[in-house]
Amino acid sequence: MKFGVVVFPGSNCDADCLHAIQTVTGQPVEYIWHKSGSVDGFDCIVLPGGFSYGDYLRCGAVARFSPVMTPVIEFAQKGGLVIGICNGFQVLTEAGLLPGVLHRNKNLQFLCHDTFLRVENNTTPFTCRASLGQVIKVPIAHGEGNYYADPETIRQLEENKQILFRYCDPRGEITPEANPNGSINNIAGICNERGNVLGMMPHPERCAESVLGNTDGQLIFQSLLDFWQRRCG
Amino acid sequence: MFQAKIYVTLRKSVLDPQGSVVRKSLFALGYHNVPEVRIGRYMVVDLEVADRAEAAKQVKDMCDKLLVNPVIEDYTFELVEV
Repeated sequence: MKFGVVVFPGSNCDADCLHAIQTVTGQPVEYIWHKSGSVDGFDCIVLPGGFSYGDYLRCGAVARFSPVMTPVIEFAQKGGLVIGICNGFQVLTEAGLLPGVLHRNKNLQFLCHDTFLRVENNTTPFTCRASLGQVIKVPIAHGEGNYYADPETIRQLEENKQILFRYCDPRGEITPEANPNGSINNIAGICNERGNVLGMMPHPERCAESVLGNTDGQLIFQSLLDFWQRRCG
Repeated sequence: MFQAKIYVTLRKSVLDPQGSVVRKSLFALGYHNVPEVRIGRYMVVDLEVADRAEAAKQVKDMCDKLLVNPVIEDYTFELVEV
Protein backbone atom coordinates (compact mmCIF):
# COMPACT_ATOMS: atom_id res chain seq x y z
CA MET A 1 0.00 0.00 0.00
CA LYS A 2 1.62 3.23 -1.11
CA PHE A 3 0.90 6.47 0.71
CA GLY A 4 1.47 9.98 -0.62
CA VAL A 5 1.72 13.08 1.56
CA VAL A 6 0.95 16.29 -0.32
CA VAL A 7 3.25 19.22 0.41
CA PHE A 8 1.74 22.67 -0.07
CA PRO A 9 3.71 25.85 0.55
CA GLY A 10 3.05 26.32 4.26
CA SER A 11 2.35 22.70 5.13
CA ASN A 12 4.10 21.93 8.42
CA CYS A 13 2.84 18.49 9.43
CA ASP A 14 3.99 16.79 6.23
CA ALA A 15 7.15 15.34 7.78
CA ASP A 16 5.22 14.16 10.85
CA CYS A 17 2.68 12.41 8.63
CA LEU A 18 5.35 10.76 6.52
CA HIS A 19 7.18 9.57 9.62
CA ALA A 20 4.06 8.33 11.38
CA ILE A 21 2.82 6.41 8.34
CA GLN A 22 6.24 4.84 7.82
CA THR A 23 6.58 3.90 11.46
CA VAL A 24 3.07 2.61 12.03
CA THR A 25 2.36 0.85 8.75
CA GLY A 26 5.83 0.02 7.45
CA GLN A 27 4.48 0.83 4.01
CA PRO A 28 6.11 2.98 1.33
CA VAL A 29 5.29 6.66 1.59
CA GLU A 30 6.43 9.63 -0.48
CA TYR A 31 5.90 13.36 -0.59
CA ILE A 32 3.84 14.76 -3.45
CA TRP A 33 4.77 18.33 -4.37
CA HIS A 34 1.81 20.69 -4.79
CA LYS A 35 2.79 21.36 -8.40
CA SER A 36 2.57 17.70 -9.31
CA GLY A 37 0.03 16.95 -12.02
CA SER A 38 -0.49 13.33 -11.05
CA VAL A 39 -1.08 11.03 -8.10
CA ASP A 40 -0.73 7.85 -10.15
CA GLY A 41 0.63 4.90 -8.24
CA PHE A 42 -0.61 6.02 -4.82
CA ASP A 43 -3.24 4.15 -2.84
CA CYS A 44 -3.87 6.73 -0.17
CA ILE A 45 -3.33 10.49 -0.29
CA VAL A 46 -2.77 12.53 2.88
CA LEU A 47 -3.32 16.28 2.98
CA PRO A 48 -1.34 17.31 6.06
CA GLY A 49 -1.79 20.09 8.57
CA GLY A 50 -0.18 23.48 8.40
CA PHE A 51 -0.96 26.88 6.99
CA SER A 52 -1.07 26.30 3.26
CA TYR A 53 -0.56 29.58 1.40
CA GLY A 54 -0.45 31.37 4.74
CA ASP A 55 -4.15 30.68 5.28
CA TYR A 56 -4.72 33.72 3.06
CA LEU A 57 -8.33 34.52 2.15
CA ARG A 58 -9.71 31.49 4.01
CA CYS A 59 -7.96 28.38 5.32
CA GLY A 60 -7.50 25.99 2.42
CA ALA A 61 -9.12 28.30 -0.13
CA VAL A 62 -5.97 28.84 -2.16
CA ALA A 63 -4.51 25.35 -1.74
CA ARG A 64 -7.69 23.98 -3.21
CA PHE A 65 -6.57 25.42 -6.58
CA SER A 66 -3.04 23.97 -6.41
CA PRO A 67 -2.22 21.90 -9.50
CA VAL A 68 -2.07 18.70 -7.43
CA MET A 69 -5.67 19.11 -6.33
CA THR A 70 -7.04 18.32 -9.80
CA PRO A 71 -5.71 14.73 -9.72
CA VAL A 72 -6.47 14.44 -5.99
CA ILE A 73 -10.12 15.33 -6.64
CA GLU A 74 -10.29 12.85 -9.53
CA PHE A 75 -8.66 10.19 -7.35
CA ALA A 76 -11.21 10.79 -4.59
CA GLN A 77 -14.13 10.77 -6.99
CA LYS A 78 -12.99 7.38 -8.28
CA GLY A 79 -13.07 6.04 -4.73
CA GLY A 80 -9.40 6.55 -3.80
CA LEU A 81 -8.59 6.90 -0.10
CA VAL A 82 -7.92 10.49 0.98
CA ILE A 83 -7.27 11.86 4.47
CA GLY A 84 -7.16 15.54 5.33
CA ILE A 85 -5.82 16.38 8.76
CA CYS A 86 -6.39 19.86 10.21
CA ASN A 87 -5.49 22.22 7.36
CA GLY A 88 -5.97 19.21 5.07
CA PHE A 89 -9.57 18.95 6.33
CA GLN A 90 -10.04 22.64 5.53
CA VAL A 91 -8.68 22.06 2.01
CA LEU A 92 -11.10 19.15 1.50
CA THR A 93 -14.12 21.26 2.44
CA GLU A 94 -12.95 24.10 0.21
CA ALA A 95 -12.48 21.60 -2.63
CA GLY A 96 -16.01 20.32 -2.14
CA LEU A 97 -14.86 16.78 -1.34
CA LEU A 98 -16.40 17.12 2.10
CA PRO A 99 -19.43 19.21 3.08
CA GLY A 100 -19.44 22.14 5.47
CA VAL A 101 -16.72 24.51 6.55
CA LEU A 102 -14.24 25.01 9.39
CA HIS A 103 -14.43 28.53 10.71
CA ARG A 104 -13.02 30.50 13.63
CA ASN A 105 -13.00 28.73 16.97
CA LYS A 106 -15.86 29.92 19.11
CA ASN A 107 -13.51 31.45 21.69
CA LEU A 108 -11.29 32.94 18.94
CA GLN A 109 -8.22 31.25 20.42
CA PHE A 110 -5.68 29.03 18.76
CA LEU A 111 -6.16 25.77 20.64
CA CYS A 112 -3.26 23.38 21.13
CA HIS A 113 -4.00 20.55 23.53
CA ASP A 114 -5.14 16.94 23.81
CA THR A 115 -8.76 16.12 23.14
CA PHE A 116 -10.74 12.93 23.58
CA LEU A 117 -12.58 11.56 20.57
CA ARG A 118 -15.32 8.98 20.44
CA VAL A 119 -15.37 6.69 17.42
CA GLU A 120 -18.90 6.98 16.05
CA ASN A 121 -18.60 4.62 13.09
CA ASN A 122 -16.16 1.74 12.88
CA THR A 123 -17.18 0.46 9.47
CA THR A 124 -14.97 2.83 7.44
CA PRO A 125 -11.44 2.33 6.05
CA PHE A 126 -10.22 4.86 8.61
CA THR A 127 -11.76 3.34 11.72
CA CYS A 128 -12.24 -0.39 11.05
CA ARG A 129 -9.69 -1.29 13.73
CA ALA A 130 -11.65 0.59 16.38
CA SER A 131 -14.53 -0.62 18.45
CA LEU A 132 -17.70 1.41 18.27
CA GLY A 133 -17.67 4.08 20.95
CA GLN A 134 -13.96 3.65 21.61
CA VAL A 135 -12.39 6.74 23.14
CA ILE A 136 -9.01 7.89 21.87
CA LYS A 137 -6.84 10.80 22.94
CA VAL A 138 -5.58 12.92 20.05
CA PRO A 139 -4.23 16.48 20.12
CA ILE A 140 -5.67 19.43 18.27
CA ALA A 141 -3.78 22.53 17.11
CA HIS A 142 -5.93 24.99 15.23
CA GLY A 143 -7.54 28.39 15.21
CA GLU A 144 -10.21 27.49 12.67
CA GLY A 145 -11.70 24.13 13.54
CA ASN A 146 -15.25 25.10 14.34
CA TYR A 147 -17.23 22.80 12.07
CA TYR A 148 -20.32 24.33 10.56
CA ALA A 149 -22.84 23.11 8.00
CA ASP A 150 -26.48 23.96 7.44
CA PRO A 151 -29.04 21.90 9.38
CA GLU A 152 -29.99 19.77 6.38
CA THR A 153 -26.34 18.81 5.77
CA ILE A 154 -25.89 17.98 9.46
CA ARG A 155 -29.00 15.81 9.34
CA GLN A 156 -27.59 13.91 6.35
CA LEU A 157 -24.19 13.48 8.03
CA GLU A 158 -25.90 12.04 11.10
CA GLU A 159 -28.25 9.82 9.11
CA ASN A 160 -25.50 8.41 6.88
CA LYS A 161 -23.17 7.91 9.86
CA GLN A 162 -20.58 10.16 8.22
CA ILE A 163 -19.50 11.60 11.55
CA LEU A 164 -16.58 9.38 12.50
CA PHE A 165 -15.22 11.27 15.51
CA ARG A 166 -16.84 13.50 18.10
CA TYR A 167 -15.14 15.46 20.87
CA CYS A 168 -16.00 13.82 24.17
CA ASP A 169 -14.89 13.75 27.78
CA PRO A 170 -12.47 11.04 29.00
CA ARG A 171 -15.39 8.70 29.68
CA GLY A 172 -16.78 9.10 26.18
CA GLU A 173 -19.64 11.42 27.07
CA ILE A 174 -20.44 13.99 24.39
CA THR A 175 -20.73 17.19 26.42
CA PRO A 176 -20.56 20.91 25.61
CA GLU A 177 -17.53 21.18 27.91
CA ALA A 178 -15.67 18.59 25.84
CA ASN A 179 -16.26 20.61 22.68
CA PRO A 180 -13.13 22.74 22.29
CA ASN A 181 -14.06 24.94 19.37
CA GLY A 182 -17.82 25.18 19.02
CA SER A 183 -18.24 22.56 16.30
CA ILE A 184 -21.85 21.60 15.66
CA ASN A 185 -22.72 18.32 17.41
CA ASN A 186 -19.11 18.09 18.72
CA ILE A 187 -17.94 17.07 15.24
CA ALA A 188 -14.19 16.38 15.07
CA GLY A 189 -14.04 14.31 11.90
CA ILE A 190 -16.32 13.33 9.04
CA CYS A 191 -16.19 11.28 5.87
CA ASN A 192 -17.93 11.71 2.55
CA GLU A 193 -21.03 9.73 1.71
CA ARG A 194 -19.08 7.07 -0.17
CA GLY A 195 -16.76 6.68 2.82
CA ASN A 196 -13.39 7.07 1.07
CA VAL A 197 -12.54 10.63 2.11
CA LEU A 198 -11.85 11.52 5.75
CA GLY A 199 -11.37 14.98 7.21
CA MET A 200 -10.43 15.48 10.85
CA MET A 201 -9.14 18.41 12.88
CA PRO A 202 -7.18 16.39 15.51
CA HIS A 203 -3.69 15.17 14.61
CA PRO A 204 -3.31 11.37 14.74
CA GLU A 205 0.22 11.67 13.33
CA ARG A 206 1.28 13.47 16.52
CA CYS A 207 0.36 10.59 18.78
CA ALA A 208 1.33 7.47 16.90
CA GLU A 209 4.50 6.37 18.73
CA SER A 210 5.16 5.28 22.28
CA VAL A 211 8.16 7.61 22.48
CA LEU A 212 5.66 10.48 22.25
CA GLY A 213 3.70 9.12 25.19
CA ASN A 214 0.56 8.35 23.25
CA THR A 215 -0.11 5.84 20.51
CA ASP A 216 -3.84 6.36 20.04
CA GLY A 217 -3.33 7.96 16.64
CA GLN A 218 -2.02 4.65 15.28
CA LEU A 219 -5.61 3.52 15.06
CA ILE A 220 -6.29 5.49 11.89
CA PHE A 221 -3.19 4.34 10.03
CA GLN A 222 -3.57 0.73 11.17
CA SER A 223 -7.21 0.78 10.09
CA LEU A 224 -6.21 1.93 6.62
CA LEU A 225 -3.66 -0.83 6.28
CA ASP A 226 -6.11 -3.46 7.56
CA PHE A 227 -8.73 -2.24 5.16
CA TRP A 228 -6.33 -2.29 2.26
CA GLN A 229 -4.91 -5.72 2.97
CA ARG A 230 -8.32 -7.30 3.35
CA ARG A 231 -9.34 -5.76 0.07
CA CYS A 232 -6.24 -7.03 -1.65
CA GLY A 233 -6.45 -10.42 -0.04
CA MET B 1 -11.39 49.79 -16.56
CA PHE B 2 -13.56 48.99 -13.56
CA GLN B 3 -13.02 48.65 -9.87
CA ALA B 4 -15.13 46.19 -7.92
CA LYS B 5 -15.79 46.86 -4.25
CA ILE B 6 -16.76 43.51 -2.81
CA TYR B 7 -18.36 43.07 0.61
CA VAL B 8 -18.23 39.57 2.08
CA THR B 9 -20.30 38.94 5.17
CA LEU B 10 -21.10 35.92 7.29
CA ARG B 11 -24.56 34.55 6.65
CA LYS B 12 -27.19 35.48 9.21
CA SER B 13 -27.51 31.88 10.39
CA VAL B 14 -23.79 31.60 11.17
CA LEU B 15 -22.44 32.56 14.57
CA ASP B 16 -19.81 35.30 14.29
CA PRO B 17 -17.39 34.85 17.21
CA GLN B 18 -15.39 37.99 16.33
CA GLY B 19 -18.54 40.06 16.05
CA SER B 20 -19.81 38.95 19.45
CA VAL B 21 -16.48 39.74 21.15
CA VAL B 22 -16.44 43.20 19.57
CA ARG B 23 -20.04 43.75 20.63
CA LYS B 24 -19.06 42.95 24.24
CA SER B 25 -16.10 45.34 24.02
CA LEU B 26 -18.36 48.10 22.73
CA PHE B 27 -20.73 47.38 25.59
CA ALA B 28 -17.81 47.73 28.04
CA LEU B 29 -17.04 51.11 26.47
CA GLY B 30 -20.53 52.23 27.32
CA TYR B 31 -22.30 51.54 24.04
CA HIS B 32 -25.26 49.70 25.49
CA ASN B 33 -27.38 50.22 22.41
CA VAL B 34 -25.56 47.75 20.13
CA PRO B 35 -27.52 44.50 19.89
CA GLU B 36 -25.27 42.96 17.27
CA VAL B 37 -21.96 43.35 15.44
CA ARG B 38 -21.07 41.34 12.36
CA ILE B 39 -17.56 41.36 10.95
CA GLY B 40 -16.92 40.77 7.29
CA ARG B 41 -14.33 41.37 4.63
CA TYR B 42 -13.93 44.15 2.12
CA MET B 43 -12.03 43.57 -1.10
CA VAL B 44 -11.10 45.93 -3.89
CA VAL B 45 -10.49 44.27 -7.24
CA ASP B 46 -9.37 46.17 -10.32
CA LEU B 47 -10.41 44.74 -13.66
CA GLU B 48 -9.05 45.64 -17.05
CA VAL B 49 -12.39 45.22 -18.72
CA ALA B 50 -14.10 47.80 -20.90
CA ASP B 51 -17.68 46.58 -20.58
CA ARG B 52 -19.66 46.89 -17.35
CA ALA B 53 -21.74 43.76 -17.91
CA GLU B 54 -18.62 41.73 -18.60
CA ALA B 55 -16.95 43.13 -15.47
CA ALA B 56 -19.98 42.21 -13.36
CA LYS B 57 -20.02 38.71 -14.80
CA GLN B 58 -16.33 38.22 -14.02
CA VAL B 59 -16.64 39.51 -10.46
CA LYS B 60 -19.55 37.17 -9.83
CA ASP B 61 -17.50 34.25 -11.18
CA MET B 62 -14.54 35.21 -8.98
CA CYS B 63 -16.77 35.36 -5.91
CA ASP B 64 -18.43 32.05 -6.64
CA LYS B 65 -15.17 30.25 -7.38
CA LEU B 66 -12.70 31.67 -4.88
CA LEU B 67 -13.43 34.88 -3.02
CA VAL B 68 -16.48 33.69 -1.11
CA ASN B 69 -17.39 30.44 0.60
CA PRO B 70 -21.13 30.09 -0.01
CA VAL B 71 -21.51 27.69 2.91
CA ILE B 72 -21.11 30.51 5.43
CA GLU B 73 -20.71 33.73 3.46
CA ASP B 74 -22.83 36.09 1.39
CA TYR B 75 -21.53 38.88 -0.82
CA THR B 76 -22.53 42.02 -2.59
CA PHE B 77 -20.43 44.23 -4.83
CA GLU B 78 -20.50 47.50 -6.63
CA LEU B 79 -18.64 48.44 -9.79
CA VAL B 80 -17.07 51.82 -10.29
CA GLU B 81 -15.60 52.92 -13.58
CA VAL B 82 -12.02 54.13 -13.05
